[in-house]
Amino acid sequence: MSIFVDEHTKVAVQGLTGSQGRFHGLRNRDYGTKVVAGVTPGKGGSDVEGIPVYDSVAEAVAAHGVDATFVTVPPKGAPGAIIEAAEAGVELVVCITEHIPAKDEALVAARLRRDFPGTRLIGPNCPGIISPGKCNIGITSGDIALPGGPVGIVSRSGTLTYQALHELSQQGIGQTTCVGIGGDPVPGTTFVDVLEAFEADPETRAVMMIGEIGGEAEELAAEFIKTKMSKPVVCYIAGQTAPPGRKMGHAGAIVSGSKGTAKAKMEALEAAGARVAKNPTEAGELMVEIVRSLG
Amino acid sequence: MDLFEYQGKQYFARYGIPISAGEVADTVEEAVAAAERVGYPVVVKAQVQVGGRGKAGGVKLAADRGEVELHAGNILGLDIKGHVVRRLWIEHATDIEQEYYASFTLDRAAKLHLAMVSARGGIDIEQVAEEDPGAIARRHVNPLDGLARDDARALAEEAGLDPRALDGAADVLVNLYRCYVEGDADLVEINPLVLTPDGRVHALDAKVTLDDDAAFRHPEWAELDAGGETDAREAMAKQRGLNYIGLDGTVGIIANGAGLAMSTVDVVNQVGGSPANFLDIGGGANADVMASALEVINSDQKVRAILVNIFGGIVRCDEVARGILTALDRVEISSPIVLRLDGTNAGEAREIIAGRASDQVISEATMLSAARRAVELAAAREGHAGDGPANGANGARA
Repeated sequence: MSIFVDEHTKVAVQGLTGSQGRFHGLRNRDYGTKVVAGVTPGKGGSDVEGIPVYDSVAEAVAAHGVDATFVTVPPKGAPGAIIEAAEAGVELVVCITEHIPAKDEALVAARLRRDFPGTRLIGPNCPGIISPGKCNIGITSGDIALPGGPVGIVSRSGTLTYQALHELSQQGIGQTTCVGIGGDPVPGTTFVDVLEAFEADPETRAVMMIGEIGGEAEELAAEFIKTKMSKPVVCYIAGQTAPPGRKMGHAGAIVSGSKGTAKAKMEALEAAGARVAKNPTEAGELMVEIVRSLG
Repeated sequence: MDLFEYQGKQYFARYGIPISAGEVADTVEEAVAAAERVGYPVVVKAQVQVGGRGKAGGVKLAADRGEVELHAGNILGLDIKGHVVRRLWIEHATDIEQEYYASFTLDRAAKLHLAMVSARGGIDIEQVAEEDPGAIARRHVNPLDGLARDDARALAEEAGLDPRALDGAADVLVNLYRCYVEGDADLVEINPLVLTPDGRVHALDAKVTLDDDAAFRHPEWAELDAGGETDAREAMAKQRGLNYIGLDGTVGIIANGAGLAMSTVDVVNQVGGSPANFLDIGGGANADVMASALEVINSDQKVRAILVNIFGGIVRCDEVARGILTALDRVEISSPIVLRLDGTNAGEAREIIAGRASDQVISEATMLSAARRAVELAAAREGHAGDGPANGANGARA
């Protein structure tokens, strides 16, 4: 099994007619994802290599019964696009857009919570979600993923998500689902949400979690691992040698004072019973050990 | 973007938050002229983006012209933890009866805004949080509801502010929240927020961090010259629109994605090297971006080897490879480049690079092996660099 998506998930791409939307939307379809529609206001009635384009998400939903949308529109329009999908009743919205203002993200999170509790947002500023062999929504290169499980991956960083997939696939270890939750201050889906889903998924037998400096999401994940998680977890935290007070790219990735350090996160995760690696390669090696021990 | 105190105060003033009369001064003469206008006594305050300036002698009270001359002369040019003071803020001194703390920031875990108020202002709030967490009153603010004045007043009361300060503090909090939301700040902090003997409440300091991602709706930000870079390489990178942080070592690093860039810095350290920088080229890694990135790293005299670590997703490795070759044609790069390319179109990329492989451009299969190779090269070249100017490759470039 997989989490959040599977081989039946029907996907509409919001922004399919843009250059990124087209490239990645078609790539997702080539991977085998059921990309049933595109949405671009004003371009309804056209198509992108056979994928019909609609003016609104509601029209795409009415025509195809969309389960998930892939939002690849610029930062100014992305918050509106997410809410539009939620209003149309879409249950999963995957937003890869980076540089959305934090205030807009907070507002989107508050609206989803109040008005659309049935919609899950993954991202923004994330690589998306892939269930190898079944469904790929986002910008992950499908050929680095290996179907069949038994490992679930959750990551706060885009490229490190690929690195994690790659490390496992190179070792012949497949993945059930890989979720990139994104590095922004207000992620729609958190580590804890994904860990909870992996814990409940019978096919996922171990989890690899990639965190980074800043915030307290990893500490909250540690608390969850300690109290609720029966499956083994391997973690890697990026930014172990980052200088304090300097924002390392992601809006969230900053060590300020004594808060948000990699050391504190690694200690919390270790104390929670997770195996903590010092780099992505070591994380892959630890996971090999664990998977072999699972038999 | 972190604002200087004077910029933060000017930002506060837009939203009706009371501040002391004050002016900016870049010279002793300007400081005196400013003091004459705002009225003695004045406080002469170093404008640096680093904590502890008071202890370092960067904040002085001046009763008259002679004292302004003395203090301004001493503070201008002062080095406070590596930040050289180039600008002063001269403000009319305020009589202080009590010092409070007020701030708004995002509580990421709750996905809500967070107001914090304390009657223990004037000292580091992290210290207060550690010693006496109960002394900080906290309240979440849902962006859909905003902050009502009654709630703001109740928060000030809960924090134990003097009854005479409650109305003034409530007004400040409501306006500070507006400044935080409408002004698109990641953080607004007043420490201290003071109560004067005549019962007024106003901001004696200002810490404002703007959300760079919201710049598109704030054309007025273009005038804010943060000028916080004390590092020439960072200034150069900023000009070129690169996400760069200067470090101290000899291995220049280029990666795509903040996480991978951070991880590359970690791995270089772990295999015994020392990173010269953090540089995330993000999603737009075309030839121009790669050339700019290589230029900035090339300008760093300490760099002895360059590690390019790319995992393609939205970035296509073949474009990165072409970018590197274009950059090599355009810029004379003095250090060898170790490449690790994986992900989208990596096969094509490796073929493109194979056509140009040399001592200058070396491909490695994994992140770890690439880091090891770059660190070895840097160490070997560092050894040679001391032999004479002919081998000091970085210095040899015209």
